Amino acid sequence: MPEENRGNPKTDLLEQGEGKVQALKHWFRTKLDEQTEELKRPEDTQLYKAFFRVGRVDDARNRALHTLNNLFLHIHPTKVNRDAVRYSYTWGMGGISFYLFIILTFTGVLLMFYYHPTKVQAFRDILYLEHDVPFGLQLRNMHRWAAHLMVLAVWLHMLRVFLTGSYKRPREFNWCIGVLLLVLTMLLSFTGYLLPDDQLGFWAVTVGTNMGRATPLLGSQGPFGPQLGMTSYNDVRFALLGGSIVDANALLRAYIWHCIALPLMISIFFGVHFWRVRKDGGASGPSPVMLESEIRD
Amino acid sequence: MFGDWHQLWVIVSNPDNVPVVALLFLVPFFTWFGLYQGVKNDRLIARLEADPELARTHHRKTQPYHPTWAKEVHVWPYLLRMELLVAIILTVILLVWALTINAPLEEPANAAITMNPAKAPWYFLGLQEMLEYFDPWIAGVVMPTLIILGLMAIPFIDANPLGNGYYTYRQRRFAVWTFLVGLEGLWIMLMLIGTFIRGPGFMWFWPTQTWDPDRIEFQANRNLDQLFGINGDWLRHLLPASWNAEIWAKGLFGIIPVALYFLVAAWVFYKVINATPFSRKVFGRMSLVQTVVMELLLILMLSLPLTIFLRLLFRIKYVWETPWFSI
Repeated sequence: MPEENRGNPKTDLLEQGEGKVQALKHWFRTKLDEQTEELKRPEDTQLYKAFFRVGRVDDARNRALHTLNNLFLHIHPTKVNRDAVRYSYTWGMGGISFYLFIILTFTGVLLMFYYHPTKVQAFRDILYLEHDVPFGLQLRNMHRWAAHLMVLAVWLHMLRVFLTGSYKRPREFNWCIGVLLLVLTMLLSFTGYLLPDDQLGFWAVTVGTNMGRATPLLGSQGPFGPQLGMTSYNDVRFALLGGSIVDANALLRAYIWHCIALPLMISIFFGVHFWRVRKDGGASGPSPVMLESEIRD
Repeated sequence: MFGDWHQLWVIVSNPDNVPVVALLFLVPFFTWFGLYQGVKNDRLIARLEADPELARTHHRKTQPYHPTWAKEVHVWPYLLRMELLVAIILTVILLVWALTINAPLEEPANAAITMNPAKAPWYFLGLQEMLEYFDPWIAGVVMPTLIILGLMAIPFIDANPLGNGYYTYRQRRFAVWTFLVGLEGLWIMLMLIGTFIRGPGFMWFWPTQTWDPDRIEFQANRNLDQLFGINGDWLRHLLPASWNAEIWAKGLFGIIPVALYFLVAAWVFYKVINATPFSRKVFGRMSLVQTVVMELLLILMLSLPLTIFLRLLFRIKYVWETPWFSI
């Protein structure tokens, strides 16, 4: 403000206003600086804390709390055998199987948006998926190959568990759950085979369910089946197919087994399997070797 | 016609056979990988058995060790970063696989046109291959049930307390052999035969042999009783006239080879289980029920390769034929 105007009542108001603007500017600047500083540490924000509950200071307690306080991570213990983290012992096959199941659920749900389990539409839906749906071909391919890979991963997981003797006490029960998971995995894959309603699936399922006809006692062509009154219209194969031939009802049944019943069952057994892994003491090893002279009877 | 490499390529490059081809490499690799670690552990075990003083102080692992290192590490981040890495790699593999190879889609299902060969998905080809050697109720129902129950029984019949939580071969010779023979020698081998050998009509085509859909196979399979000329002649005058002597003779005759097989196989397995001082010790820990269940499962498992052997080499179909079931 020019010197000659000092004390001029006409400019007083302007002077006062300017002072206030300065103060406001200063206040605003400091606040801004403060809050930018805070934003540089997002872990201290209320938003972050609401989400994650655990601070980001990297100490032993917080590392433990990270796994403990997270729904998805709490299936893990907070600490594991240092040698079990190496790839060589577990091969990671159990985890890979489960991850593939997640991929299969994800791609499977997306595929369900485009699929009708009816004789008229099923095959056309696959053609539609392959040629018109954006990324439809990629989706179907991924679902197919992930399914194959999951069967393979489950077999290799079983091989690893056997070779490390991990089925031995106290893990006997969990081995049995694992065998059920193996069977369910293969059944899931098999029921999915029919769904495109093409020659490949049709004949595979025809061959597969024809075996059902030969079930002892319950099949129309099995030992002692006819003697018990089994025919093609009331035996176990009829129950599987919803008819005496692979047709519309078989397609619907395969669809419901594949998308609802079997995934539900396998999810429940997954839960039991993982829970038992923890309760039985986590990954079985690598544990210190035991000597023959140390066997106690 | 042999030397048809294109035929082999057609089989190998079938998109649905990709996992089978992958398995050709993965299974031997992981078997080696497991046994390799087992042999390393076995060497350590031998050293410790020889030196009790060392056994008291040694950390007893082949993995690197330092007394000051913590025995356990935090899951966050040491395990989780591994899991994330594996998940990313797997996703990439799947994306690339799905981009490069399309899932097969044949013509619309048609009950009037039979696929030739009509094959089950690759993971069930072992069962389909069994169908060639057994009646459907055995191959399709009894055998799968036995496989599932047998697998579940393993922890309860294995009385060997050693080798819990580490790879080993020498401490679990019999268990490792049995499992590898069952998984790789039978299940996977039958699957490979079903994939690579079985052509149109599910007939046997050697690799590089052209799959000829018009091939006709003259197969003269006989039953064991025919080989022995059992027709019930000597039984006829002992039975009432209304009874069919031939059926009775065959039914009674069939019991002999089956019972003989059970006895001989049981004896052989008994000898194998008791072959070494250590295996005798393990056998001593087993209860009667455990022994009987294990013997039964082993005998039934061995009957599979034996039947295949009898069929492929001697063209024998059934060893025991009755009007209700045949084995």
